[in-house]
Amino acid sequence: MLSAESLAKIDRELAKYPADQFRSAAMSALRIALTERRDTGATPAERCLNADVIEFVANYIGIPPVAAYEVATFYNMYDMKPVGKYKITVCTNLPCALQGGVNAAQYISGKLGIALGETSADGKYTLLEGECMGACGDAPVLLLNNHKMCSFMTPEAIDKKLAELE
Amino acid sequence: MAVFVNGVIFEGVDTHAPDCWRIDAYMARGGYQALKKILEANMPQEDVIAEVKSSGLRGRGGAGFPTGLKWSFMPRSFPGDKYVVCNTDEGEPGTFKDRDILLYNPHALIEGMIIAGYAMGCKAGYNYIHGEIFEAYELFEEALDEARKAGFLGEKILGTDFSFDLFAHHGYGAYICGEETALLESLEGKKGQPRFKPPFPASFGLYGKPTTINNTESFASVPFIIRDGGQKFLEAGKPNNGGTKLFSISGHVNRPGNYEIPLGTPFATLLEMAGGMKDGKKLKAVIPGGSSAPVLPGDVMMGLTMDYDSISKAGSMLGSGAVIVMNEDVCMVKALERLAYFYHEESCGQCTPCREGTGWLYKVIHRIANGEGRPGDLELLDSVGNNMAGRTICALADAAVFPVRSFTKHFRNEFEYLIEHKKSLVDHKWC
Repeated sequence: MLSAESLAKIDRELAKYPADQFRSAAMSALRIALTERRDTGATPAERCLNADVIEFVANYIGIPPVAAYEVATFYNMYDMKPVGKYKITVCTNLPCALQGGVNAAQYISGKLGIALGETSADGKYTLLEGECMGACGDAPVLLLNNHKMCSFMTPEAIDKKLAELE
Repeated sequence: MAVFVNGVIFEGVDTHAPDCWRIDAYMARGGYQALKKILEANMPQEDVIAEVKSSGLRGRGGAGFPTGLKWSFMPRSFPGDKYVVCNTDEGEPGTFKDRDILLYNPHALIEGMIIAGYAMGCKAGYNYIHGEIFEAYELFEEALDEARKAGFLGEKILGTDFSFDLFAHHGYGAYICGEETALLESLEGKKGQPRFKPPFPASFGLYGKPTTINNTESFASVPFIIRDGGQKFLEAGKPNNGGTKLFSISGHVNRPGNYEIPLGTPFATLLEMAGGMKDGKKLKAVIPGGSSAPVLPGDVMMGLTMDYDSISKAGSMLGSGAVIVMNEDVCMVKALERLAYFYHEESCGQCTPCREGTGWLYKVIHRIANGEGRPGDLELLDSVGNNMAGRTICALADAAVFPVRSFTKHFRNEFEYLIEHKKSLVDHKWC
């Protein structure tokens, strides 16, 4: 269900923890699984986690499936619902709002023709409003596909970034 | 953006140089000398702790608890494993200093954690990193590899009997994991819900073993303290407020960013360093220590110095050193509405007063902000807050209530006006 490369990455995570504490690797193992699905999935539904993937990850690291499910559902960066090829999360919390975060979210929404929380009909984009990313000095900031932080996202910077996403 | 002025962590760090974070650059700045000094002298553990105590270093994550004293709580003769854990789960709105430590000077943190491991007799440590700064997590892993290759991590460090290894662990989107016992649960691979205290982590921490958790900036200050002496660190700040501190300034200033300055620097000076108010607008309000700290009116703030005691005397807290600056165009009801939504979204759901209360606070503030407030709503907010604060396992409920109490106290007229006239007293503009 996961590539040899992803499994090797999970093995490296497992090595960080004591031999009887494999559960600690659940967070990174699920992240690795999600990243592979996002990079290889052809449709929004194939890009998120589901019960089968979670169970596979749990079995691989040797914990009960429900323990992995607990992690996947508690932390909000694990996509449990279908998600676009490009997931854009804009911080609109107070410090960012004071520096253009809300404007950036509205600008992207207008440009993509989707509301916050929606995925475009072609499955290409998902636009979300996020909470503090710990980068308020760089506001407006957005996260692209969970891991790539884009700073100082003025309308011009947003235009440029969206043009790169083909 | 990072603007560093004068302090111990970023001394000599050229943040524009792409390799400033690498081990060679760190060692050229005097890095790992503190660790070598300890190991070569076979310094007794209690002497290391005494040096940290003498520096007056107080926890930089928000609570301001003396770091050396915290280290001394770890049991000396515990027979099994002990752990040292770093809290880089930086998600308090307004705070973005630890990210810059990871991006520009990660080895200061690594060296600080190794020294902490030595002082408390730990064999392993973990750095728990906010999931949203994933690139900083990847870079930190690279820095760990560098330290391992250089012989500063692993078995028999620098040929001594001291062995210690350090690993990075990432969060994945939960503010609550910044609370130290929620962080431990998360590090154990569970949902991040805080534990009852006592027992405290020093007796029952990670995997049930004695554990000390400190903030990134606290650990990163330790190499300086050991290398140049606690006294020198203390003197860089003011009594009871030792050292320099990173302040993250955001909001309506010309140059948002991190400023490392001596504790006790006047707020007016800090504001000036940040380029002053954007567009020459009037300063209205400041949240001086992260979103959970009570807001203060601008004129009060202009009379304060940036240290634990001064801010606390004025009725707020220095917290994480996150300074959120708001100008005259901000409707304080709208500002509070956004913060209330955040706490509602991030409550972990374990304790009823917080799970339900944060929702109520948001709903009532939301309706006031949208011109649907009712007479008695301010009293209702008070009542809900009183049923939350101090009634839950962790401090998230209190953190949600502090802004509500302080916004409705200092800017009461804006709330009353909106309830009565169904429109804001201020022609609100975020920016």
